[in-house]
Amino acid sequence: MKSINWPTILVIAVLALFPAVVPSDYYRHIFIIALMWVVIGSAWNLLAGYTGQVSFGHAIFFGTGAYTAGLCVTKLEISAWWGMLLGGPVALVVGLLIGWICFRLRGPYFALATIAVGEIFRLIATVWRDFTEGMEGILIIQTFRSKIPYYYLALFLAALCITVIYLVTRSKWGFYFVAIREDQDAAESMGISAFRYKSLSLMISSFFTGLAGAFYMNYMGFIDPQVVFSLHYISIMAILVGIIGGVGTIWGPPVGAFIMVLLQETFRSSFFGLLPKWISEAHILVFGLLVIFVIRYMANGIIGDWSKIQRLWSKDRELLSASGRN
Amino acid sequence: MLRVERVNAGYGDIQVLWDVSFHVAEREFVVLVGANGAGKSTIMRTISSMIQPISGQIWFEDQRLDHVPPYRITNVGISHVPEGRQLFPEMTVLENLELGSLAPRAKDHRKETLAWVLELFPRLRERQKQLAGTLSGGEQQMCAIARGLMSRPKMMLFDEPSLGLSPLLTQEIFRLAMKIHSEGVTILMVEQNVKQTLTICDRAYVLENGRIVLEGKGRELLEDEQVKQAFLGI
Repeated sequence: MKSINWPTILVIAVLALFPAVVPSDYYRHIFIIALMWVVIGSAWNLLAGYTGQVSFGHAIFFGTGAYTAGLCVTKLEISAWWGMLLGGPVALVVGLLIGWICFRLRGPYFALATIAVGEIFRLIATVWRDFTEGMEGILIIQTFRSKIPYYYLALFLAALCITVIYLVTRSKWGFYFVAIREDQDAAESMGISAFRYKSLSLMISSFFTGLAGAFYMNYMGFIDPQVVFSLHYISIMAILVGIIGGVGTIWGPPVGAFIMVLLQETFRSSFFGLLPKWISEAHILVFGLLVIFVIRYMANGIIGDWSKIQRLWSKDRELLSASGRN
Repeated sequence: MLRVERVNAGYGDIQVLWDVSFHVAEREFVVLVGANGAGKSTIMRTISSMIQPISGQIWFEDQRLDHVPPYRITNVGISHVPEGRQLFPEMTVLENLELGSLAPRAKDHRKETLAWVLELFPRLRERQKQLAGTLSGGEQQMCAIARGLMSRPKMMLFDEPSLGLSPLLTQEIFRLAMKIHSEGVTILMVEQNVKQTLTICDRAYVLENGRIVLEGKGRELLEDEQVKQAFLGI
């Protein structure tokens, strides 16, 4: 395979060795969350970036996966780890039902519908207290006290998700997805059932997002509707991860995930306690500025416009060396 | 081969086609002419099932086409070259062509069809690795026609193939349509370029405000006073 090249191996090696080299649980935690966002961002990107169906409701699948794992404990009285098996499939079924309704709409109308459905899910999880415990949320005892098992599980999930999405985009399905993104009517007149392939893309996307949700429940040990069904913490964050990294590229969301999580953490901790506390309030503002910057100067994201960035860099150096000669 | 029977169709509350009936026989070259907004593209979109008719029937050979989902239309042997090309701009020319041959019938012959199509369009052979969005207007139209041919259609629908092309390229496109016709493909074309299309077609229908008002052999219509006045400005 041509795709397994040295940078990829290097990245995998660095990530695999990271917890051994960095003993701090704090940094391990940040990397675990970043790896989880690699999964969600990549899953969102398959639907939005490759198939052209921009979802503002990925919290639906994340929350469904997380609650599937949580309800395993509170209702079925089995381990939340069963959620790792069930979370994906349950989210997939939810995705299928939502697609059945929302894929009647196109473009911005589809996006608006996903916002609405996302809020419906959040409200149901809040109000249906007999089933979900409502705002009190679900608290479980984590299996491991060490971060290391969670770290490698998250790394495995991220690698699995990227590999599957890579293979899908190189397959016949991937071409159908892109054809639908480029022109749905033309794709249909080529004999591609837009509804069927959009549903397929959504199913893969919701499966991985649900898996990430189930992982979150197991790792954090606590969920409530305001966090896992959140429009801005989950749905919007998934979009930002995709846009910053590069929509419609394999490596865009992984890069976007690390940038967004590190940035969020830097601000949340007021630059690791170096700056006054009010700075932490500014993180949403900075996200906004970052999005404006990326859309204005790198509309295809960091990975999508990588050649542009490289050109800029080499041009700078040429200029520097030219001025040095003078 | 294709029979459109008393079709009424439109968008939402706005009815565009009123009681439209016409037919295309096998191996015929038929043209629908009419002014802007006469309903030409709506007819094409109704045949390829992108719009469901309010009433009336559409038959192709022995199959009823209205209420068949649009992605099935190519399987029956109809290929629609849509208005404004509608290529997949971020894919290469070759990928665009390959997507044209998804119907099971066409898939088995993909290699031969591709060779035949590239022979017909040598320009596309040179540019097969190029992204379709970077082609010139004329090349894009050729690519759209070539993509349509990839499904090995019995019948091709051309929706304003001359749109946005220079007179020279327009002639080139019409020549290609005639070539395709001579290879045994039935053609239904919608055009505003009345004079040229009436010269090359077998039969034509004149559409006005969503109704068919005239029918005849292409050359006869060219001599028709009404057509002369309305379209040719003589």
